[in-house]
Amino acid sequence: MSKNGHHKENFFSKYVFSLDHKMISKQFLITGMVMGVIAMVMSALFRIQLANPGESSSILSTFLGRWAEGGVMSPDIYLSLVTIHGTIMVFFVLTGGLSGTFANLLLPFQVGARDMASGFLNMLSYWFFFASCVVMVISLFVQSGPASAGWTIYPPLSAVPAAISGSGLGMTLWLVSMTLFIVSSLLGGLNYIVTVLNLRTEGMSMTRLPLTVWALLVTAILGVLSFPVLLSAALLLVFDRSFGTSFFLSDILVQGEVLSHAGGNPILFQHLFWFLGHPEVYIVLLPALGLSSEIIATNSRKPIFGYRAMIGSILAIAFLSFIVWGHHMFITGMNPFLGSVFVFTTLLIAIPSAIKVFNYIATLWRGNLQFTPAMLFSIGLVSTFITGGLTGLILGDSALDINVHDTYFVVAHFHIVMGLSAIFGMLAGVYHWFPRMYGRLMNLKLGYIHFWGTFICAYGTFFPMHFLGMAGLPRRYYSNTAFPMFDNLLDINEVVSFFAIVGALVQVIFFFNFFYSIFRGPISPQNPWKSNTLEWTAPVDRIHGNWPGEIPTVHRWAYDYSKPGMEEDFVPQTVPLKKGEEEAH
Amino acid sequence: MIKVLIILCVIIFVAQIVRIFEIGNLLSKTKNEVSDSSNHINGVFLLIAGIGLVIFFFWQRAEWMDQTLPMAASEHGPVIDQLWDVTMGLIIIVFLFLTPILFGVSYYFRGRDDRKASYITHNNKLEFFWTAIPAVILLALISYGLNVWGQIVNQDIKDAIVIEIYAKQFGWSARYAGEDNQLGSANVRFVGGKNELGVISEATKNSQIKSLDTKIQKLEQERNASINPADKKLISQRIEKLIKKKKTLITYFITTKKEDLLAAEDDIVTKELHLPVGKKVLFKFRSQDVIHSAYLPHFRVQMNCVPGTTTQFAFTPTITTNEMKTQLENELFDYVLLCNKICGNAHYNMQMKVVVESEEEYNEWLESQSINKIANL
Repeated sequence: MSKNGHHKENFFSKYVFSLDHKMISKQFLITGMVMGVIAMVMSALFRIQLANPGESSSILSTFLGRWAEGGVMSPDIYLSLVTIHGTIMVFFVLTGGLSGTFANLLLPFQVGARDMASGFLNMLSYWFFFASCVVMVISLFVQSGPASAGWTIYPPLSAVPAAISGSGLGMTLWLVSMTLFIVSSLLGGLNYIVTVLNLRTEGMSMTRLPLTVWALLVTAILGVLSFPVLLSAALLLVFDRSFGTSFFLSDILVQGEVLSHAGGNPILFQHLFWFLGHPEVYIVLLPALGLSSEIIATNSRKPIFGYRAMIGSILAIAFLSFIVWGHHMFITGMNPFLGSVFVFTTLLIAIPSAIKVFNYIATLWRGNLQFTPAMLFSIGLVSTFITGGLTGLILGDSALDINVHDTYFVVAHFHIVMGLSAIFGMLAGVYHWFPRMYGRLMNLKLGYIHFWGTFICAYGTFFPMHFLGMAGLPRRYYSNTAFPMFDNLLDINEVVSFFAIVGALVQVIFFFNFFYSIFRGPISPQNPWKSNTLEWTAPVDRIHGNWPGEIPTVHRWAYDYSKPGMEEDFVPQTVPLKKGEEEAH
Repeated sequence: MIKVLIILCVIIFVAQIVRIFEIGNLLSKTKNEVSDSSNHINGVFLLIAGIGLVIFFFWQRAEWMDQTLPMAASEHGPVIDQLWDVTMGLIIIVFLFLTPILFGVSYYFRGRDDRKASYITHNNKLEFFWTAIPAVILLALISYGLNVWGQIVNQDIKDAIVIEIYAKQFGWSARYAGEDNQLGSANVRFVGGKNELGVISEATKNSQIKSLDTKIQKLEQERNASINPADKKLISQRIEKLIKKKKTLITYFITTKKEDLLAAEDDIVTKELHLPVGKKVLFKFRSQDVIHSAYLPHFRVQMNCVPGTTTQFAFTPTITTNEMKTQLENELFDYVLLCNKICGNAHYNMQMKVVVESEEEYNEWLESQSINKIANL
């Protein structure tokens, strides 16, 4: 091994069991994309059902086989589809795919390190992730069907196979997969934290870190603190399911049989689940916000507005996210006083969120905006963060939650604020750092078509759902034909399904652009976006160790764009301060 | 064979698309990088998108608002609805304020070669204001919300009519407390025969033990008649199970307090939920198997039914079914109780009809249900 860590590699050590953070990030990205396609196809399938309840469709029978006899989807598989769609999107795409890709790619690069603190743990983290994906995919093909108790897997439904067919082997595999996933997430998270704290290059103080690094660091801390709680909940559930314990189960009569459990409390599971579940929302969202901060500043050719306030709000959001989990449980019969405490903490999150939005807009203000696809997706992110975040004021208010809890209003809210924002952030990241990953550029025009198609379809899909929720339509209903009061909602459902399916098709453009550009895109210059951060000082050719010579030294913060008195409108972090120049932030 | 052909066609199709794409790239005059013209076009699109989003919002309201829930039919309902209107009003104002700003600013400052961005890093005064203003608004909203929440959960339930809402896959039952307004105790281990809710009482014990005894007798006869030893063993096991169940029943019966047993006698179990208008009712929720959620959207009422515990919700219906029919000009209208927590494959069809009527009608109806009294089971 040479001084900079580069060494000879064979096929396996380069592409499969790679220790290089750049290759591992690509592995996470591609795996996340494959899982994303699976989850997206699932959503298209259940949207077909919701727009044409009970009608026969050859698409359904092609994809679902015996689960759609005569082309009509069965209620069991409908519930499985929404369950697995949610699980895959939240955990595999927006946690594994998003954090895994960009923490791996950017942390060593942006703090100025040759690789992660432990390349081996990093590799393990990916392979645990891969294994958990494989188990999840296998669970789709078991006889009794995949898990179908909703992605929140509330017992007793998830614990009693007699209650729903998906709670048989499918649920066991779901739990195995999730356990592997948590291991992966913990290995990754510890590594990210250690890397940021210990491997910063000379001059890279905490207040000179790009916001991406801050966001990914805080995300990793959230994950390390909250995922073990889900692990314990999952293990207790395994005990209840397989070894006859009664942590979550009490007197239950199902299918004419009284079960032998007694004295457990299913609400305990919800407390454990949401203790992870709510930080999880920010585990999904914060990396996207971090990526977009960087992209918006770069492409506005302006410093990010309120750098310290941005860090402060990330920290505030992260802290608050641990004490708001009860807002998912206002109507479980939880003590109403406890409910009021959670209302208070929940609505407080709106303050740091508002600060972030204002800072984004202030960054755009008087900028020189370069509309790359990454920039467009970042602006889209700010828009969905506003639109979706605002309805949180309703759902976080216990009195209002009584009437819209578990309706489509909730579906609209979290898909816009968490789903769309995070996906937009992820796509922005892919467009922005594609040259860093593959040394080539993606096609700009296809990027524009992809953005505009996605943006329109995203709003067309999720905005109307607010109205479904305000009409009282519960989520996870196989069809709304059983109630006369929902009869006239079919038009809204048709609009939603139309945009959802078109939106899914638009993604084909992205996949084409992505895979085509890997092999035949134009070669990228070293610093295509004229960015300040360290990753663009490394050569385009991938070497293990990132920089062929010495690790660069940092002299300034990451956001000196359009600084007066400078020749160019960007000043990389490696440029020393001029005489008399102040580092203003 | 056809599958192979299809795969081949797809490959050729993709290859051709790649060709066309590459030729298109060669012919195109613009380079693959951001330019003034692409900035201009996307800037204009962003402006249109911002305006379009606002128009889309108003269009949806115009088109679909009348399909949302009608006015609240309970005493606390209008209070919730008012809080909703205030919060939603605020949300809409902020949405209509920030969306045009975001897209307008993006359009206005779209990149040009001759433009130079300003170097602005922060502005403490501005940042103080946009932290303080949301904070003040939110504190006001929190105290308003908690006030409403307090009104709903701290109701005086002394004189409320007690009704149990019982959930199981996939249907609802109601148990009226009868004249003493006291529900008898119940347990799923007591469910059997006509006693679908597992109410513990003298009558339900007797009828269940009687039916168990008949079953045991029948099985014993069967066992005597059978010659196959394997069959005999199987039947013996079944008998043992029934005897065990009998023992459980008796244990539960003995350990239940006398006044609870008496309270159960006049309970009435029904398949429809009738409520007297203007009277406070206290729902007690139970579930037999998994978590369900009792959702009565027209009354702004929802509470989970959790196996193993009892939850509750008190409210006062204010509009009768008939009044609602006239107000909505819909003869077919009915209040409904639906399940709003995923509970199994027929979750989407788990419902119970709810009727709100005058007190006389209510008493009359309850009278007609007295054949379902626990004492008569």
